[in-house]
Amino acid sequence: MKKSGKLGALLVLSSMMLVSAACGGNNEGGSSSSPSQEASKSPSASAPASVSPSESASESASASPSAAGKKISLGFAQVGAESGWRTANTESIKSSAAEAGFDLKFSDAQQKQENQIKAIRSYIQQKVDVIAFSPVVESGWDTVLKEAKDAGIPVILTDRAVDSKDDSLYVTFIGSDFVEEGRRAGDWLVEQYKDASEDVNIVELQGTTGSAPANDRKAGFAEKIAANPHLKIIASQTGDFTRAKGKEVMQSFLKAHKKIDVLYAHNDDMALGAIQAIEAAGLKPGVDIKIISVDAVKDGMTAASEGKINFIVECNPLLGPQLMQAVNDVVAGKEIPKRIVTEEGTFTSEQAKEALPNRKY
Amino acid sequence: MRIRKHHLFWPLAMLAALLLFNLIYSPDFFSLQVRGGHLYGSLIDILNFGSPLMLVAIGMTLVIATGGIDLSVGSVVAIAGAMACLTISKGSDQGSLGLVLSAVGLSLVLSLALGLWNGLLVSGVGMQPIIATLILMVAGRGIAQLITSGQIITVTSDSYGYIGSGSLAGLPFSIFLVAAVFAAAGLLTRRTALGLFIEAVGRNPAASRLAGIRSRYVLLAVYLFCGLCAGIAGLILSSNVSSADGNNAGLWYELDAILAVVIGGTSLTGGRFYLTGTVIGALIIQTLTTTIYMIGVPPEITLVVKAFVVLVVCLVQSEAFRQALVRRWKTRHYPAEREAAKHAS
Repeated sequence: MKKSGKLGALLVLSSMMLVSAACGGNNEGGSSSSPSQEASKSPSASAPASVSPSESASESASASPSAAGKKISLGFAQVGAESGWRTANTESIKSSAAEAGFDLKFSDAQQKQENQIKAIRSYIQQKVDVIAFSPVVESGWDTVLKEAKDAGIPVILTDRAVDSKDDSLYVTFIGSDFVEEGRRAGDWLVEQYKDASEDVNIVELQGTTGSAPANDRKAGFAEKIAANPHLKIIASQTGDFTRAKGKEVMQSFLKAHKKIDVLYAHNDDMALGAIQAIEAAGLKPGVDIKIISVDAVKDGMTAASEGKINFIVECNPLLGPQLMQAVNDVVAGKEIPKRIVTEEGTFTSEQAKEALPNRKY
Repeated sequence: MRIRKHHLFWPLAMLAALLLFNLIYSPDFFSLQVRGGHLYGSLIDILNFGSPLMLVAIGMTLVIATGGIDLSVGSVVAIAGAMACLTISKGSDQGSLGLVLSAVGLSLVLSLALGLWNGLLVSGVGMQPIIATLILMVAGRGIAQLITSGQIITVTSDSYGYIGSGSLAGLPFSIFLVAAVFAAAGLLTRRTALGLFIEAVGRNPAASRLAGIRSRYVLLAVYLFCGLCAGIAGLILSSNVSSADGNNAGLWYELDAILAVVIGGTSLTGGRFYLTGTVIGALIIQTLTTTIYMIGVPPEITLVVKAFVVLVVCLVQSEAFRQALVRRWKTRHYPAEREAAKHAS
């Protein structure tokens, strides 16, 4: 909370600086979009707010959506409100946009790609300065992104990537690195069992089969635990990221395997379901079976603070401040990296207990 | 009695085959222990996790018997769970029995209302059942998400959790709910004329109307009952994990339920139904799911394995397929048969 407040203040400050810089720089605000497009191709054109007068003159001749002094307008097409994670994500974007003084146009696609495409098209028509969105699915975005590019509106992806060969269609992708999350979970486990002399039996609850977080979290985890031959994944099954399935699959695991030492769940909800299954089997979650989970949503953190989950890798939905920073940079014409990884932490049970009162989601 | 036995033979044989496979593959499958005052084992899991499906399928059987279909059951499952969890989470003392009872009552009334909506569309407006219930199937998920505001509502109420994960006399409480609903449905349809009416409406609506059956009310009744069954299933599902998930609860349940009904021997064209067969069908599906988890089928091919087993189940049940097999077997030819026959003559 403190951190985001500070970041927000920084953003307000930087946006103010931008506005004043734009005033000084020959009414340059209208050129917000096209320099950034060029910026991604040629670094030389990335000098902030000091574009040559001729170029800015030609730019301001065209209808400029945000002349100097006007708010930067940001169109954001959200996936939906399918989970607590997503809601926190939305809240973060709304509040940090308000803090940064942006004019945020927000739409909720209710998990449908066509709704998102419609929203993006309407943003193009409204001539917003920047479009940001979390793609529902990976493919099928080329046409609409091309339209945005032709209209000279930079696009920022958040949280999820698109599967497009042409990476000039978007400026940057801000989101979690799922492989890294899996690695962190693996690292903790390797550290815990570094002195293990006998086999450690691990069961894994995967996310929805074929989804990016499930594939990547599995791969990252497997990569790290390969360091210790005693760490063995004896069963791995999908729990569809839901509590009900997590519980059902874990009950079967408990019956099929006599000795389970560690559970690695790809999200908190499945871990919570599995905890119920473990308790129903008369075992103590977190003690008899160590539990590692990813996400750090409120219910998961609560379970961690009670010692039922031993280690949670955070998958941070609060990427609003970073998004606003990127928007500012793009509008200012600065060059920004193609991939921005969200700031994420990890929590042990003790850390979860401390962090819980301050969690936003 | 003979005919009845014959009818249930194949579903039972398939269930037995699945269990036999488990017996060979992992003998522990049948081990039952007493842990914490209740029985513990895979068979108990199958009963417990299978109970929502059995309930939904029982309701679905009667709807299908009238020649209809109810696609909205999955959504009703989600709505019922969401409503109950919302009511409980709003209460001051989540554990109080009164609050839980009122939450349960409220969501059951709601699911009856949804069943009534389906029934009115089908019998009153005269809409095709598949379209009429498709409306609620799509809209219902939205309603469930509206109730939960798109969140997963977690409740910490032991009395509510009892519905889905409590145990009575060592067995899961949910199985007693199934038994009660099954007994009620069985008595109503087989000990009164209602069953005959349902089958008559399913076989020939016009003829049954001319014979003096108020087919409208019969239709209304089956959709109401199906809604109620889905509602109870929703309560069991959400109470099992003490949370309501508007997005995922009961997703694709309608398809599993229809499959259970078909495996049980009820024809989709209506006019005939077998409640016991449906229950066995639901048990086959749940046993198959548990088996797949137990033997560690990779998640990528789980659905293929499931589809294959279902295909075998359906083929074996088909009279025509069995006869074709038998005919082939009886008239089989050996590679050298013709030559041998030539020399013999």
